[in-house]
Amino acid sequence: MISQLSWKIGGQQGEGVESTDRIFSTALNRLGYYLYGYRHFSSRIKGGHTNNKIRISTYPIRAISDDLDILVAFDQESIDLNAKELRSGGVIVADAKFNPVVPEGIDARLFAVPITAMAEELGTSLMKNMVASGASWALLGLPLEVFNKAVEEEFGRKGAAVVEKNIEAVKRGAEFVLEQAGGPLNEFKLDEADGRQKLFMIGNEAIGLGSLAAGCRLMSAYPITPASEIMEYLIKKLPALGGTVVQTEDEIAAVTMAIGANYAGVRTMTASAGPGLSLMMEAIGLAGMTETPLVIVDTQRGGPSTGLPTKQEQSDLNAMVYGTHGEIPKIVIAPASIEDCFYDMIEAFNLSEQYQVPVIVMTDLQLSLGKQSCEPFDFQSIQINRGKLIEEAPELEAQQLFKRYELTEDGVSPRVLPGAKHGIHHVTGVEHDETGRPSESAVNRQNMMDKRLNKLNGLQIRDGLRIDAANETPDLLIIGMGSTGGTIDQAREWLAKDGITSNHITIRQIHPFPTEQLIPHLQQAKKVVVIENNATAQLAGQIKMHAGFAEKIRSLLKYDGNPFLPSEVYKACKELD
Amino acid sequence: MATFKEFRNNVKPNWCPGCGDFSIQAAIQRAAANVGLEPEELAVISGIGCSGRISGYINAYGLHGIHGRALPIAQGVKLANRELTVIASGGDGDGFAIGMGHTVHAIRRNLNITYIVMDNQIYGLTKGQTSPRSAEGFKTKSTPEGSIESTLSPLEIAMSAGATFVAQSFSSDLKQLTALIEAGIKHEGFSLINVFSPCVTFNKINTYDWFKQNIVNLEQFPDYDPSNRIMAMNKIMETEGMLTGLIYQNTQRKSYEDMISGFGADALAKQELSLSEEQFNKLVAEFK
Repeated sequence: MISQLSWKIGGQQGEGVESTDRIFSTALNRLGYYLYGYRHFSSRIKGGHTNNKIRISTYPIRAISDDLDILVAFDQESIDLNAKELRSGGVIVADAKFNPVVPEGIDARLFAVPITAMAEELGTSLMKNMVASGASWALLGLPLEVFNKAVEEEFGRKGAAVVEKNIEAVKRGAEFVLEQAGGPLNEFKLDEADGRQKLFMIGNEAIGLGSLAAGCRLMSAYPITPASEIMEYLIKKLPALGGTVVQTEDEIAAVTMAIGANYAGVRTMTASAGPGLSLMMEAIGLAGMTETPLVIVDTQRGGPSTGLPTKQEQSDLNAMVYGTHGEIPKIVIAPASIEDCFYDMIEAFNLSEQYQVPVIVMTDLQLSLGKQSCEPFDFQSIQINRGKLIEEAPELEAQQLFKRYELTEDGVSPRVLPGAKHGIHHVTGVEHDETGRPSESAVNRQNMMDKRLNKLNGLQIRDGLRIDAANETPDLLIIGMGSTGGTIDQAREWLAKDGITSNHITIRQIHPFPTEQLIPHLQQAKKVVVIENNATAQLAGQIKMHAGFAEKIRSLLKYDGNPFLPSEVYKACKELD
Repeated sequence: MATFKEFRNNVKPNWCPGCGDFSIQAAIQRAAANVGLEPEELAVISGIGCSGRISGYINAYGLHGIHGRALPIAQGVKLANRELTVIASGGDGDGFAIGMGHTVHAIRRNLNITYIVMDNQIYGLTKGQTSPRSAEGFKTKSTPEGSIESTLSPLEIAMSAGATFVAQSFSSDLKQLTALIEAGIKHEGFSLINVFSPCVTFNKINTYDWFKQNIVNLEQFPDYDPSNRIMAMNKIMETEGMLTGLIYQNTQRKSYEDMISGFGADALAKQELSLSEEQFNKLVAEFK
């Protein structure tokens, strides 16, 4: 019995790789296994090699694995490109149609299953995915009823006949491979899962769901990889809640529409990736200057310019922190798990109204698109806080304006929505006085700058630093952000076996930077390594600039488009000078 | 009920004496009163430029945004609170140069807002550069030998983008302008009102007199039918865009707000934010 294994399916884009993976993993989720998925895909619709990998485990995991146990291949290219990941004694389930061969030097067992032929016998080659997933399910010796239930849900709306055919395809694939293998493979027999109900979703779905829970009822957005799933999720859900998604003509319209809607009182978000974020910069300044709440999600991908649109990177950090001309208050939060994606959206909407500032939620492609198990979300913990929003302003004398930008002790002013009888005030991106009227007075300028820029003093978000500091004076402090946490923890397990003690801090509050909280941990550690998916060590730069300790800090960087593998982190930490 | 005086505030506009924008400001104030609005029921969203300052000169909710983006901001305001009357406003540079993309798509989208362009055929606030509305050969600081680009026709563009309300006026004709703004506010959809608003400082060609000599009022054509799209397009082309009045109105097409699936008749901004536990559980069930 084993506690975890890795499974991958590869083929041409548009060939059923996605749907095979979806049904296979949904069924595993029902059994209570922990799953972590990784999508390798290209920026095209049909054709081009694509593969989905999932790691299946009886305990929580948050990283892809280095190696692979089972590879399902729709073509020889999938074998040639991925067989090197197979561990010795691994299995390839391939379509007999292309006469699959195991590449030289690879120790793997090949099951050539007439995947296409069986599907065609049942009426359509579209059912290839069912034959293939049935075969790999059978090799694991898992109960077929659970799998069939997932198939039923996937095809139920197409009618009983379609469901039946697909179940038959699963059965044929299973029977064929079991006969060849002489029954399920004992070395792949997974321990029983805990059976506890988990959620299984991608980060973008958790962001969508979190936004709904936060009271977001409008989204204005322009399609872009890897953010589009957020708008696609919300347009399915918002009409039932009275809201909607507007697909705008560009990202500038998306962000300014969101500013308009927030100004008028609806929690509104937009989401994009690097290129869209770049276009939004001027408007982010408007939100900062006019103290209008705004929530933006940036799902980072490979940059610069069009860069690597379907690949992993964490290189927009500086753009998020420093982007927009002039100086405004701004919050940047980096969720590090699916759970964070959900809860951080609620926090982002609250913070944006409490402080009347733009909030950027920073994810990365792996977190946004990797499908993974997560703990059920806690409905009771959802709190909505709209800060100093008032329903009606006190009655004023004729010609007097409501002091929307009143100078207050905490820098946050009462806010009233358009429509309120006595709340009329002016809003402008021009420097303005307490009533919002343009003003070039030097005294006013200084007061207003201080008001805005001091609003976030001392801000601490939930888990701004996620600290795993079991060791008082660790050999190593590893710092990361976003999706890399699980990979780092896996590497730390191996380091511990070698006698290297390590602490791990995930920085979630990117801006304003949590300097004071971080310093003691930097002091304690003998060495510090900052791990990030970019070429210029942007997170390490923030740490050095705010907290110092430049002499201690090393960087592990990866910017080839792929997430870190645990072995890479382990090796780099071992070899640290 | 509010009179036009209640839409005035005590801010002195920083426009040059004689600027056409003064009359447009007055026309908006009159039209707002004439359609029975209270100041708090109106939101004026403006762009950047001389004309963009208008949102600060009207006693109503006002947002002076960034250059070229008055329309997406105004659409956001309207989506959030459809009970508000939303007027977007800006200059020809704001709407037809930097913001042209938004203009075309706002027209297509057809939210129930009124867009008033204060068209002076030049960039005033930056002190005299060419605009997409400048005539060919027009000499400015940025086109010292005369503009070599063709003049943009916002009316033709609006028509081809599927506009449901297209009008044009002249700032000197306060009566017509006020009536057109009223009609625009009442129109259930996007209304574009382009207003010739002479720049007395930087445009010595397109002057008040020049407009008076060159524009034709649609009232001169008793058979003109503004519901006829082909007639409208022909008239714009025949007059090379130098016409005033209600050029086209389509009352058949519903506004965007009325076509959004599940969108209520009340302000979205007034709805409850929290999900019920039942709603929440239903959403979560999909991921099991």
